[in-house]
This record gives sequence, C-alpha cells and structure tokens, in this order.
Amino acid sequence: MNLYDILGPVMVGPSSSHTAGAVRIGLITRRLLGEAPAKADIALAGSFAATGKGHGTDRALAAGLLGMQPDDIRIPRSLELAKDQGMEIQFREIQLKDAHPNTALLHVEAGSGRELELQASSLGGGRIMVNKLDGIDVNFTGESHTLIVHNLDQPGHVAEVTSMLSHKSVNIATMQLYRNKRGGYAVMVLETDQPIPEDSIAWLSHLEGVIKVTYLNTMQEDEHGV
Amino acid sequence: MAFESMEDWLKYSHDRNISAAEAVILEDMSDRGVSREETWSRMSAMWNAMKSSEQSYDRSLRSHSGLVGGAAGQMEDYLKAGDSLCGDVMGKVIMRALRLGESNACMKRIVAAPTAGACGVLPAVLVTAAGQGGFSDDQMTEALFAAAGIGQIIAARAYIAGAMGGCQAEIGSASSMAAGALACLKGGSPEQMADAAAIAMKNLLGLVCDPVAGLVEVPCVKRNVIGAVNAMAAADMALAGIRSTIPADQVFDAMKEVGDKMSSSLRETAEGGLAATAAGRAVSERLKKNR
Ligand code: SF4
Repeated sequence: MNLYDILGPVMVGPSSSHTAGAVRIGLITRRLLGEAPAKADIALAGSFAATGKGHGTDRALAAGLLGMQPDDIRIPRSLELAKDQGMEIQFREIQLKDAHPNTALLHVEAGSGRELELQASSLGGGRIMVNKLDGIDVNFTGESHTLIVHNLDQPGHVAEVTSMLSHKSVNIATMQLYRNKRGGYAVMVLETDQPIPEDSIAWLSHLEGVIKVTYLNTMQEDEHGV
Repeated sequence: MAFESMEDWLKYSHDRNISAAEAVILEDMSDRGVSREETWSRMSAMWNAMKSSEQSYDRSLRSHSGLVGGAAGQMEDYLKAGDSLCGDVMGKVIMRALRLGESNACMKRIVAAPTAGACGVLPAVLVTAAGQGGFSDDQMTEALFAAAGIGQIIAARAYIAGAMGGCQAEIGSASSMAAGALACLKGGSPEQMADAAAIAMKNLLGLVCDPVAGLVEVPCVKRNVIGAVNAMAAADMALAGIRSTIPADQVFDAMKEVGDKMSSSLRETAEGGLAATAAGRAVSERLKKNR
C-alpha cells in the first residue's frame, strides 16, 4: 500500500467504508450523471442497510450526490442541504444476491431528464468499486480517468474508440467489454493514463450506434458542489 | 516498492547514512513518481489536519446512536483538579485520544491512521509530545513519515483492517506506528524505533474487533486510549535501551498468524466479544427498533 493509504484519507467519520466510501459512491454517481441529480432513489444492501444509519451512510451518500468530498464538514447536514436545494432523496433497503456486504444501488434523475442507475460497493479505506451501470455488469474504481461508452453491439465501435484515443496520444490502462446479449446493447469501460479531450468525447457521442458516452475525469477532484 | 521488512528499511538507512524517515521519503518519491516537495507537503497537511481535528473537539456532541460523546470533556475537568493518577502528560494523552475517538463517532473531520476507528492514537501522542518537547511542525512531519513507514510494513506482512485481523490490526497497528514515531521524534536510533514498534504491537497482540451494534463507538473510542498510552510506554522502554526479544518483523508476522486464527465473530461482524454481551445486544436491539 502506498504511504497515503496508511495515513489518510482526511475524512469525516466514523467509518472509512460506511462513511468516506459512501460519499465517494454518491460523488461518482453525480459525476457519471454529468449534472446535479434532482431525484434519487437509494437502496442500501447488506451492512450498509444494517449499520448505515449509525455510520451516517445515508447522509454520506446524499453528500456525494451534492458534490461533496469525503472530508467536507457539511456531510452531517447533507440531508437538510439536499432538501433546501430541492433534491428529492428516498432511501430504502434491498436484498442483493452475490453483492459485496457494503453495497448501494442508486437510481438518479437530473432536471434535464437524463437518468442513471448505478450499483457500487465500498471496499474499505474509502475505496469503492462500481459493479453495475444501467443494469450491465462493470468493474471500475473511478481512481483513473474513465470513459464509458454504451453502444449497439455491432462491429467497429471498439476500433472507433481506440483509434480516437491513439490519435489523441491517450494511453489505455485497462479496457473491459460487456454486453447484455449478442447484437443487443454493449458497454465499453476504458481507464486511461491521460485525460481525454472534451471535443473527442463529444465526437464519440455523435457517432451512429453510440447510445451514451460518459466520462469521469479524475482531475476534477476539487469539485465541492452544493 | 515500499519496504516490506523492518530489516530492509534499517539496512537501507544505514547503508546511506540517512534517517529512517528520510528513507521513507525517498521510497515514496520513487514509488509514486513524485517530488520531495509533493510528498512533504502532503504529509505536513496530514499533520495539520491531525492538529485541527484534535482542537475542534466539541464536548456537547453525541453520536447518532447516543452511545458516545462528552467523555473527553469529563476527562478534561478531572485533569484540571490536578489529582489524576497518570499525571499531566499521560492525562493529556488520554484526553486527546478520547477527543479524537469521539469526534470520529460524531461525524467530525479526522485523519484515518491507519483507519478511522483508530484515528485517535497518533494525534493523541504526537500533539502531546509536540507540546511537551517543543518540537517544530517539520519535526512532527518527519515523525509521521516514520509512522507511515511502519504502517506500510505492517500492511505488507499482515493487515490494518479489523475485519481482516481484529482490533490488533487497527489499534495495535496505530499503537505500533505511534511508538516508533515517538522514538524517532525523541532522537532514538532506527533500532530503537523498531523496538518501540515491536513492543507496542506485542502488548496488543490478540486484541479482537467486537464493536457493539457494529458501530465504531464501543469499545473503539476507549481503545484509542489504550493504543496511545501503550505507545508512550513502549517508546519510553525502547529509548531506555530495553530491547524487544522478538524483532519487529516477526512480531508483525505473529499478528498475522493470530488474526488468521481469529474466529470471524471477532472480526468486526459484531457477533462476538463485547458485541455479544447482554448489554451489547440490548443496544443493538434498541437501535434496530429505531431504524
Ligand atoms: S473494535 Fe474493531 S471497529 Fe473498533 S477500533 Fe477496534 S478494530 Fe476498529
């Protein structure tokens, strides 16, 4: 582990998995949605459901949706802040098969109508893993620049994305491909070493057969929201 | 790569005639590809965050469950009377460990060191030692590098999460890191740092993780106190020249072995130990009803 996995993070207590990790899950959901959610339905599973209240998991998730970082001292008041802003948040409990014990399933909707469903788990030490995106299995942490492309499952899309990246001198660190069924709906998740230029993202999203493009830039760490 | 044994770490320092903390700085620079300034400013930010988390304690706060809060305030009043058994320095260590443990439970800002549950150990001893010895912020930052270096070795050989190895992995690791940091701060040799870390861990070997109702409150807050007090004692022993018969690396390996043998009911699942007592279960039932 690196030095700052041992000392750190600086965070609002009481638990790196149930509080700091939960803030990050909320925050990654907001970033993937690309704007502030107007409505959120949050389902807590396993230990998040059992001990979440006592650990402030509900407030932590709401804080993340508001754009706060794990060290934001407003986290304990996030539910009130969300209400003030007109963000509607609903919590419930859910049973998920084969999920990590600290898992949340979020369905968010922006004022623009854009929607996102995300299932993520908190792994400890404040680190998280996104397990499902709009119903399709994925695996990424949000610690690197991450590009997610939803497209129709037809030949050529992978080549379009990778050649664009090579053209922009962006190095691919990991790449994962998922689909619901042959010829159906597919998702590509790419983690890259360099940030991807905005115009390239826009170009991708206009390609035929590409349904949705989402980009997570780790440089936006300073986002403080609310 | 970070050091994976105390032996390698000490040898590296001796060969280059540099301090143990300096070796950690050089390793981090090559490990993450960062400059000295970058890692130094990040570590000094940790030190500042520790200091302010200790100062921002609010004795009126209670945790969501209502189980903890206010104890550090009681301790402070008690110390003011000047009649404590532990005396001024150890009294402050106790009070500060309580402050941090309670602040964490009450959703205030802390530094996980190495975890949120054990966040009180390092600041309790370091803030107190800084005041007592008049050490500068730079000296304190250096001591934190030593602490983090010890934590890295523990993480490499064993673990630093209660869910994996019990509380010996959290409070035990924090105490071991704090003891080594104190020995460095007081001008001890790298060997004395290693002995302090080894002694502190040995004293907490076997400690189980048994949080009541699964919350980081009982016994966690007060365990920060024992981790801090133990670190002070271990550092003083090492600085007196008392050696640890079992070298630090082997102590950490033993911690891993003990943790592996620990029943899962004693690893953060809240199914054994204090969590399973009649009083512990009653708390958990009450909270379930309010859910
Ligand atoms: S009892 Fe468990 S949760 Fe509490 S401080 Fe120890 S390891 Fe952490």
